[in-house]
Amino acid sequence: MTWVLNNLGLLWELSVQHVVLAIPPILVGFVIAVPLGYLAYRFRLTRGLILTITGLLYTIPSLALLVVLPVFLGISLLSPLNLSVALTIYAVAIMARSVSDALGSVDPAIRQSATAVGFGSARRFWTVDFPLAGPVILAGVRVAAVSTISLVTVGILIGVQSLGYLFTNGFERRIIPEILAGVVLVVVIALVIDYLLALLGRVLMPWSRMGVSA
Amino acid sequence: MIEFRSVSKVFPDGTHAVDDFSLVIPARKTTVLVGSSGSGKTTLLRMINRMVEPSSGEIEIDGESILSRDPVQLRRSIGYVMQNSGLLPHFKVIDNVATVPILTGVPRKTARAQALELLDTVGLNRDLANRYPSQLSGGQQQRVGVARGLAANPNILLMDEPFGAVDPIVRADLQQETIRLQRDLDKTVVFVTHDIDEAFLLGDQVVILEKGAKIAQVGSPTEIVENPASDFVADFIGIKHGKRALTIKKTAHGSILVDSEGRAAGVLAGEAP
Amino acid sequence: MLFWDAILWIFSPDRLTGSSPLPLLIGQHLAYTLVSVAIAAVIAIPVGYLIGHTGRGREIAVGISGAARALPSFGLMLLLVLLIGVTQKPLAATIAFVILAIPSILAGAYAGLEQIDRRVIDAARAVGMTEWQILWKVEVPLGLPLLIGGLRSAALQVVATVTIAGYIGLGALGLPIIAGLELRDFTRMLGAALLIVVLALAIDGVFAVIQHLVVPRGVTAGRVADLRPTSSRRRAVMGTPIEEGRG
Repeated sequence: MTWVLNNLGLLWELSVQHVVLAIPPILVGFVIAVPLGYLAYRFRLTRGLILTITGLLYTIPSLALLVVLPVFLGISLLSPLNLSVALTIYAVAIMARSVSDALGSVDPAIRQSATAVGFGSARRFWTVDFPLAGPVILAGVRVAAVSTISLVTVGILIGVQSLGYLFTNGFERRIIPEILAGVVLVVVIALVIDYLLALLGRVLMPWSRMGVSA
Repeated sequence: MIEFRSVSKVFPDGTHAVDDFSLVIPARKTTVLVGSSGSGKTTLLRMINRMVEPSSGEIEIDGESILSRDPVQLRRSIGYVMQNSGLLPHFKVIDNVATVPILTGVPRKTARAQALELLDTVGLNRDLANRYPSQLSGGQQQRVGVARGLAANPNILLMDEPFGAVDPIVRADLQQETIRLQRDLDKTVVFVTHDIDEAFLLGDQVVILEKGAKIAQVGSPTEIVENPASDFVADFIGIKHGKRALTIKKTAHGSILVDSEGRAAGVLAGEAP
Repeated sequence: MLFWDAILWIFSPDRLTGSSPLPLLIGQHLAYTLVSVAIAAVIAIPVGYLIGHTGRGREIAVGISGAARALPSFGLMLLLVLLIGVTQKPLAATIAFVILAIPSILAGAYAGLEQIDRRVIDAARAVGMTEWQILWKVEVPLGLPLLIGGLRSAALQVVATVTIAGYIGLGALGLPIIAGLELRDFTRMLGAALLIVVLALAIDGVFAVIQHLVVPRGVTAGRVADLRPTSSRRRAVMGTPIEEGRG
């Protein structure tokens, strides 16, 4: 506890860095995942292709991906961009799947009735399919957000500063409270972001009955 | 014989599904419990095999309280047919039918042989024995459900809206089949439906239920139509205004029967047109 | 060619000698994964089945599997090593792996039971199956695909975390990566990383095949000709590998 009180400044600084690292992959991942998820839902051919590739990418352990990725990107292993790209890949893999599942879960009867009352296909997608798929898509976004926040810590192994610093530093100096503080802060940040996303879902989709709790 | 004595059921959420219900269900006859949703008819049925336990009152089968029987043993001794057949999706048709005998220790081979015979009884082709339920039509699934209900050769057969989910033509077929089965097998059948036509068609004894399983009238179809006990019954069976409120209309070609809306319902048979 | 160098590194005869030959590291990686997932399964499956069968404690299971995603596996592992003792690294690490594997398996076990049509279970009870018979004859076979899915995510989670455990000197395939980082030996890192990728994909593939095989035939048989209106609507279920946390 003393260690925590003596290092509040460091904890705050690392928490901010952590959040700054986590948010772009979630946002970029979402923007990429929506069209991919749509393609996966809409066409049989692209469905198999997209879900298989994202599934396989998701299977690759984080540390291995961080080593292999720079070869493809032509950047340094130690570059922060390396971590961001890896996290984005995982986020896309989670969300593309959930967007596809979400669109598939929309009641076909509702879709047909929307067509029957005269919605064009593009307009129907944005005003009917997408909002109705919203709760399931949001569930995927929440999973992606929480796992990204927890995964940022691995970046410390390639030298990217985040709350993961508390893990390696605490381990080398044998300071248990330091590591514990890191674990707790990561969990708290993840749960807060998760809660905010759920809250956002309630505001954007008042018809949804999904609870705010995790 | 099944007897309900002052049976009540209050569910944990506070709904009074059944309130002080008493009834004698005669052996080897078909008794139909009919009422709209919320009349507690399914709850009554499920109390007979202890799928639902009464909050108070007693239920006896042949003079013996069902509470003295182990629920699992009791259920194995009573046939049960439900809406949407309730077949096990990962069992072949033959194994679905043989479920109860195998549970009670009949050797698998014997149970399967009996199950094949039961497929004949319910009018199913033996070729279907090795199919899975999802490969059958709705009507075929219901027949398998009936065969399973009969497999342990029970004295009592409970049928919970068994034909509620099949189309009208198949339903008419299954109803005729049920009448034939009852004639051949002589079981005590308790049948639940919300369809008064089905009730009159199948029931030796029809029990019309109001909300909370309050008995509006008990009797044979003829007794009920001849002498409805209340406005509720008259309304429910459609003799006040509806398709059973028929009047004779003379036409140039003879007499026809019309309902309260003036639509033709049939002809007066025996009268030369 | 970086990849070519890495492949040469993997297949060099030198990899079979020295203090940590590659086959040993691969064996360690597999052993840690299998043992941890097995222990986690022994703990999580009965609990998951209990929750799925009775419907009680569902919120707790959902809460645990949700919160577990937020738990940073790297930090948890280091914490346990320091708490249990630096001399007991394999034990401490295994405990961490087990803890990380439990939520996915738990979710797979209970979600597998939960997604079964209630009417099927009701019918099984109505024809006179005991609670045990309902569990073994109906719920377990019908819930198996999702349980295997849970084991699959758990195994991948552990494979990833065992990799990171190279940092605490546990051995396995994380060792060459961590050593390579310190020595700036990229070939070695890439070689080990490629092996890990292959290992993870192989494990995933094996589970995918098993998952496919355990789908009861009656469930796959009639998907096309399913006539029941309400039973087989697709829905997003927990326990599919993609929705779980990772390390």
